[in-house]
Amino acid sequence: MSVLTVEGLTVDYVSGERPVRACDDVTFELRQGEILGVAGESGSGKSTLITALTRLQRPPAVTTAGRIEFRGTDLVSLNADELRKLRWTSLAIVLQSAMDALNPVMRVGAQFVDVLRSHDKTLGNKDAWAKAADLLGMVGISADRVRSYPHELSGGMRQRASIALALACGPELVVMDEPTTAVDVVMQRQILAQVLRLRRELGFAVVFVTHDLSLLLELADRIAIMYGGRIVEIGTAESLYTKPRHPYTRGLRDSFPPLRSPLRKLTGIPGSPPDLRNPPPGCPFHPRCADRFDGCDEQRPELLTIEDHADHTVACRLYPSGDDQL
Amino acid sequence: MRWAFLARRLGFYLAAAAAAIGLNFLLPRLMPGDPSSAIVEELERVSGQQVPAETLMSIRAIFGNPHANLAQQFADYLRQLSHGDLGVSVVNFPVPVADLVWQALPWTLLLVGTTTITAFAIGTLLGVVAGWKAGSRLDAILTPFTTFLSSVPYFWVALLALWIFGFVLGWTPLSGGYDADLPQGFSLAYAVSVLHHGVLPAATIVFSAFGGWLLGMRNMTVTTVREDYVLLAQAKGLSPRRVMFRYAARNAMLPSFTGFAMALGGVVGGALLTEIVFSYPGIGYLLYESLQKRDYPMMQGVFLLITLAVLLANLVADLAYVLLDPRIRARG
Ligand SMILES: Nc1ncnc2c1ncn2[C@@H]1O[C@H](COP(=O)(O)OP(=O)(O)O)[C@@H](O)[C@H]1O
Ligand SMILES: [Mg+2]
Repeated sequence: MSVLTVEGLTVDYVSGERPVRACDDVTFELRQGEILGVAGESGSGKSTLITALTRLQRPPAVTTAGRIEFRGTDLVSLNADELRKLRWTSLAIVLQSAMDALNPVMRVGAQFVDVLRSHDKTLGNKDAWAKAADLLGMVGISADRVRSYPHELSGGMRQRASIALALACGPELVVMDEPTTAVDVVMQRQILAQVLRLRRELGFAVVFVTHDLSLLLELADRIAIMYGGRIVEIGTAESLYTKPRHPYTRGLRDSFPPLRSPLRKLTGIPGSPPDLRNPPPGCPFHPRCADRFDGCDEQRPELLTIEDHADHTVACRLYPSGDDQL
Repeated sequence: MRWAFLARRLGFYLAAAAAAIGLNFLLPRLMPGDPSSAIVEELERVSGQQVPAETLMSIRAIFGNPHANLAQQFADYLRQLSHGDLGVSVVNFPVPVADLVWQALPWTLLLVGTTTITAFAIGTLLGVVAGWKAGSRLDAILTPFTTFLSSVPYFWVALLALWIFGFVLGWTPLSGGYDADLPQGFSLAYAVSVLHHGVLPAATIVFSAFGGWLLGMRNMTVTTVREDYVLLAQAKGLSPRRVMFRYAARNAMLPSFTGFAMALGGVVGGALLTEIVFSYPGIGYLLYESLQKRDYPMMQGVFLLITLAVLLANLVADLAYVLLDPRIRARG
């Protein structure tokens, strides 16, 4: 059963003279309890996608087209009050920098208590604090930290506290925007392991955004690759990592050291991401693509399912109408 | 950590207070000539009688005694101060300066204290609302209008208000802080007369002061609403009011708060211009009078009081800041 169905989601920033399309016709589906990884270079529109998904975007971002169907209701059509009822009880978020995501002048526990009590009016103050301590315990933070202020916790602790906070009201979907970017590798692994364990215990689905594709291999069930505001490839983690089809996916995979497997020679992707204010014609990746051929700078490839791989789609002219060349 | 920080701040303010008291002692002694003799002569000229021996001693303790050594003088000066004795006013001889200051202080605290708090409250609240919805119609009207208001010199505002409401319309008295025909005390008629006299000066202060708080608070709020913790508070589905006050405004007001504490410290000094324009019987007016009539003992006393009040307000602000911003404790 699907928790989230996103269809043709398009987001523009309308501040300059021309709108900047930072999410272009994004379509994907998320099944119950599934972890979908979203990877792409910085500036590819990952955060734009996350804030649009959660209806948290602020001007100048505007959702100009698309549907975000969450458990059968289209989030785009809900008003603020209806959305507020869904928030945190069904749909929670973890932001990139936990230092900035926690209110610096409120005790960590109080930031659990206010959301717990605002969604459950019968919950008493004392019980809410006890529950906050339990939630922190769930991510390995001792109960006495519940009375600490955010600055009194280490970076890793804050990040884990943010994850515990996201789980406070038992959401079905948690979206995470680069939740491990600000911590070291050891902490990163610990956090990923915790997310996996908690998902197993609690059964929520996750959209996990990162610029580091190798990290998703261990975590995600499926992976979507974003480039220039579009999804250029989606597949199971296994198939996408071992047999990436899109030249950009290949480049992305080869530019990060894998977490587990032996070191491979790292090759970056030459060139830089497209300027979305003035996107290249045709395939947005063609100026950097080693495999481009006639017409890549004219025709924009659509996402197509690869033959014999129902769960793997790619938007690249190397694979016309689903022929798997590799 | 917390206590060490507080102890350090306290130490600093004690040292500053000691320096202020010391300067107050040194300044008249560094003045050319012999100020205490000059004051005594002036007193005798004004009152037409000989200055009594104890008054002479008190003046010498504060302004210097050419016949005693400096250590002895300082001991006398401190003893004098510890009794709350600030000398005798030249203009109002033989009323002690301390009595005049104590008389004026409640008026100033009442007028300037309440208006400082009111202006801060109004300005901060409107600033949060304007900054929360930056670019909204309210913001588009309020912010430029307030910017304009803040650029009008207070003196004009006060004179214009006095002219319109006091002189032309006759709604408020032209000067003073109370009806001199009524017996002073806790009677209803007296309280009403105090309000009647105070409302116009109070209104001019609030009118001129709230804009500064509004603009500061608006700009801080605009910055703060972009913070991730405000975004997360919205994501949590908290009520908009809670997000606005507990998350955005609570953080945005930290810088304003420092300014507010300074303003509170300045309250004791009175609102010099207000009290002059409205002849309001507070500390500011007292200072104005003493400056005009070169009443040195009075000036000394008022300056010392103002200095100590500013230091005290800063100390209180520091202590409160520790409560308001937990990060300060860590930084020390
Ligand atoms: N506030 C903004 N105003 C205008 N354009 C923006 C704004 N924020 C982001 N963008 C555009 O959207 C693109 C994607 O940004 P973002 O979603 O933050 O990418 P990512 O999270 O993948 O790094 C940026 O390259 C930029 O062109
Ligand atoms: Mg981002």
